[in-house]
Amino acid sequence: MPDVILNTTALPHLLTLLIALPLIGVAVMAFFKDEASVKHVAFWTAGLEFVLSLPLYFWFDPSRHQMQFGEVVPWITTPSISYAVGIDGISLWLVLLTTLLTPICVVCSWTAITSRMREFMITLLVMETALVGVFCALNFVLFYVFWEAMLIPMYLLIGVWGGPNRIYAAIKFFLYTLAGSLLLLVAIIVLYFQGGHTFDILALSRAHYSDHMQAWLFWAFFVAFAVKVPMFPFHTWLPDAHVEAPTAGSVILASILLKMGAYGFLRFSLPMLPDASVRFAPVVLALSVIAILYGAYMALAQSDLKKLIAYSSVSHMGFVTLGIFVFNTQGAEGALLQMLNHGITTGGLFLCVGLIYERTHSRLIADNGGLSKPMPRYAACLVIFALSSLGLPGTNNFISEFLVLVGSFIYNKAIAAVATLGIILAAVYLLWMVQRVAFGVPSEKTARLPDLNWCEMATLVPLIILIFWIGVFPNPFLTPMHASIEHVFVLMDRGSGLP
Amino acid sequence: MTFVSTADLLAILPELLVMTAGCLVLVLDPLTPKDRKDWLTYLSLAALAAAFVVSYMLMGPLTGFPRRAFSGLYVLDAYGIFWKLLLIVASALVILMAKAYLKLEEIDLPEFYAFILLSLSGMMVMVSGADLLVIYLGLELMSLSLYVMAGFKRYELRPLEAAAKYFILGSFSSGILLYGISLLFGRTGSTTLAGVREGIAALPSGDPILLLAMSLLIVGFGFKVAAVPFHMWTPDVYEGSPTSVTAYMAVASKAASFAAFMRVFMEALGGLKEEWRMLLVAVCVATMILGNVVAIVQTNIKRMLAYSSIAHAGYALIGVVAADAFGMASVMLYLAIYAFMNLGAFTVVTMLRRGGVEGDEIDDFTGLAKRNKWAALVMLLFMFSLAGIPPTGGFIAKFYVFMAAVGAHMPALAVLAVVFAAVSAYFYLRVVMVMYMREPGETAGTPGYNVRVVASPATIVVLLVAAIGVIVLGVFPDQLVKAAQSAILPLR
Repeated sequence: MPDVILNTTALPHLLTLLIALPLIGVAVMAFFKDEASVKHVAFWTAGLEFVLSLPLYFWFDPSRHQMQFGEVVPWITTPSISYAVGIDGISLWLVLLTTLLTPICVVCSWTAITSRMREFMITLLVMETALVGVFCALNFVLFYVFWEAMLIPMYLLIGVWGGPNRIYAAIKFFLYTLAGSLLLLVAIIVLYFQGGHTFDILALSRAHYSDHMQAWLFWAFFVAFAVKVPMFPFHTWLPDAHVEAPTAGSVILASILLKMGAYGFLRFSLPMLPDASVRFAPVVLALSVIAILYGAYMALAQSDLKKLIAYSSVSHMGFVTLGIFVFNTQGAEGALLQMLNHGITTGGLFLCVGLIYERTHSRLIADNGGLSKPMPRYAACLVIFALSSLGLPGTNNFISEFLVLVGSFIYNKAIAAVATLGIILAAVYLLWMVQRVAFGVPSEKTARLPDLNWCEMATLVPLIILIFWIGVFPNPFLTPMHASIEHVFVLMDRGSGLP
Repeated sequence: MTFVSTADLLAILPELLVMTAGCLVLVLDPLTPKDRKDWLTYLSLAALAAAFVVSYMLMGPLTGFPRRAFSGLYVLDAYGIFWKLLLIVASALVILMAKAYLKLEEIDLPEFYAFILLSLSGMMVMVSGADLLVIYLGLELMSLSLYVMAGFKRYELRPLEAAAKYFILGSFSSGILLYGISLLFGRTGSTTLAGVREGIAALPSGDPILLLAMSLLIVGFGFKVAAVPFHMWTPDVYEGSPTSVTAYMAVASKAASFAAFMRVFMEALGGLKEEWRMLLVAVCVATMILGNVVAIVQTNIKRMLAYSSIAHAGYALIGVVAADAFGMASVMLYLAIYAFMNLGAFTVVTMLRRGGVEGDEIDDFTGLAKRNKWAALVMLLFMFSLAGIPPTGGFIAKFYVFMAAVGAHMPALAVLAVVFAAVSAYFYLRVVMVMYMREPGETAGTPGYNVRVVASPATIVVLLVAAIGVIVLGVFPDQLVKAAQSAILPLR
């Protein structure tokens, strides 16, 4: 495979190591009897995973669009399926986001999880393996294996450690995503026969498919990815899943899992099915804009903090799909950066909700008023995350939403204008939420709440640093994307051409 | 002229070993003192081990070179040996899982193991027969032993009902099969697979009697593999039979029937491929839909697994319908993987005891994760595998039959199959849900209360083998895939 480079680094099997390390951590856990040690093993595993993932950034060659850190090992002979992994400027960020958020999830569950700690940590680490695997896989079957395998730990996370209505939420999440992804499996198999008897993602991205075939495949892909994103009208599982999931589950769900869908559009739909993508872009764009407005509108009406953030996710992910389907560099880079930013900001917001839930056992805005007096540090963090989420200049979301809007302005001025309304609505629901939670009058219950301790701060501070870093100096984050995003459009050009 | 040569006997050496051991167990039973009866179980296992080794050694030089025995009535080929190895392993696992279960049910009689061995020898004849009558003989030997085993709890009403139902319907279907064979003989003048094939080739296409015979064969085999609309017996018989027998029926008898089914239809009726494919597509779709949809409403886990086994027959039929080399290999792969996950699931069922009886309601699994986390964990694994979620073996199995469907230009069938795979996730996940997401006392007052988990070394071995099998076949399936693909029948 000429498109896969094995960077000659000090760590030759870095990606495989990253995929396997959480499982090794699970194995190590077996040697520890008490729950405290289990937590430490989980933390150090996730921490080591993050440290080991940093070289991906430093050794990444941003001037090349090829897959780097590649590894190709035969897996199944007939049909030929290989264990092929590698990352480019698109997957790099999603892998790093995963490895950053997992240790944070371990820490935020330290005291929040009260039952079956060992099983919880195992689930979390297995999840990390599946997620890193999804973003690294260069073989479609391998991709699908990780993509589906992720359902098992997520189902358990919501169903075992979730809130009162967890069973309903877990089964809804599972069936929704499974139904979507099984069609993807058929599409993958059809691609195999249409694209020259291979499951190699890069080879499939170079093959040509008839218009008719592209249309079928596009919609099969679309259902699978749109459920994951989730796009309107496939979003209904998301509020349920978020509300019932434990904090760590919500963070992983919002920050990483939703990105899998958008990643799918960028990695598969656009390069493999360029003509169908262009042809059906108006539908996707319309749904994106609806998601932006509808999500924001629904968020306005929520009294439950988690539900509010869940609907804001629908709105923010609308920007991602919008940016992807306007087919220009600004839009796509904005979308990719928006994925990263949404992961950071929404992850932070869910952590904030989790922290307050641990104290008051309520997620209702009404029960958690006036926190700035008893918990100044908490209120400060909440305000920062909220401002970042509404796209205040100087924070990360401003850059990405600006790029997406620039991209959509080039494509169609009307769409950009309507999408901008979403940002205004975001300001309304987020500021209103902040006003009530941080600056209202504290009730008797909330007035005596303890502020964040250093351990809790440690989960939020890295995210806050990233918010301002990306907001003020986004270049280190955008540079590695350029070549890979350009290449997506080079691949698209082999179709009938861009608008 | 000698009727039986040494080469012939060598060809059926595994069958002879199993059959002799089965008879030996029956003969030795009255001679063995009560406290030594366990030795007869060990004898059965030893016979299986010997048969496995002999079959494996016969496999080596065979790939691509079938050897005929008994004047062409019997064939020794890689295809047959693949199935034999699978059936022997499945039988050994069933014997192991049955040991503890039969003791708990107080029906640990050596006859049980004898019938397993006799039934197995019937299956081994079935998968190697090159003559319709030989296949029929094997099928009857298998079925008659199963009828007896289904009613093994002979003092209880439900097992007897199951056995009677199974016997009557089973005999009826055998009769239909035999009728089909006789019609084939009438038209083609032969009962050997090769003779029938030549006879069909000589006849004009669209011969109504041939089509009738073909349909009758589909009915007969459809009954044995529990395909809709010939599935009616399955839920009652699966629920009423002792669980170890249910597992044996669901895994081994289904696999053997599929093996004979494919051999007859690919080798003898290859000339009617277009006709039987059309019929089987309908059967296959109906089987997948009915099995998966009806399983949703079951409250008894054995009934649920019965409908699940119907649904899985539907998935395996996709490979038969594809009717090419890839499809055939995918069926072999499917049933091999299915054997592990299904045996595992049934073994967990045998471990639950509600008071003095078996805990076979889904409610009995409530809070199992708190009672016995290992049993719950392996059950979770088997359920996800049955639902076809990677990285378990069940995914690989489904992946290959879907590949076969798309490869045979039937993407619509693949789409339908995945839709109902998503439906099936609902009832498999329900078991996971009650095990992990409900507390043990949550159904107090209902059957779920006071359920014990009884583990014995033998059941632990079975669970370990099944769990490791499910994971290894899911992560490193290549060896089994290669084995299946090199053992397919030659296409004609």
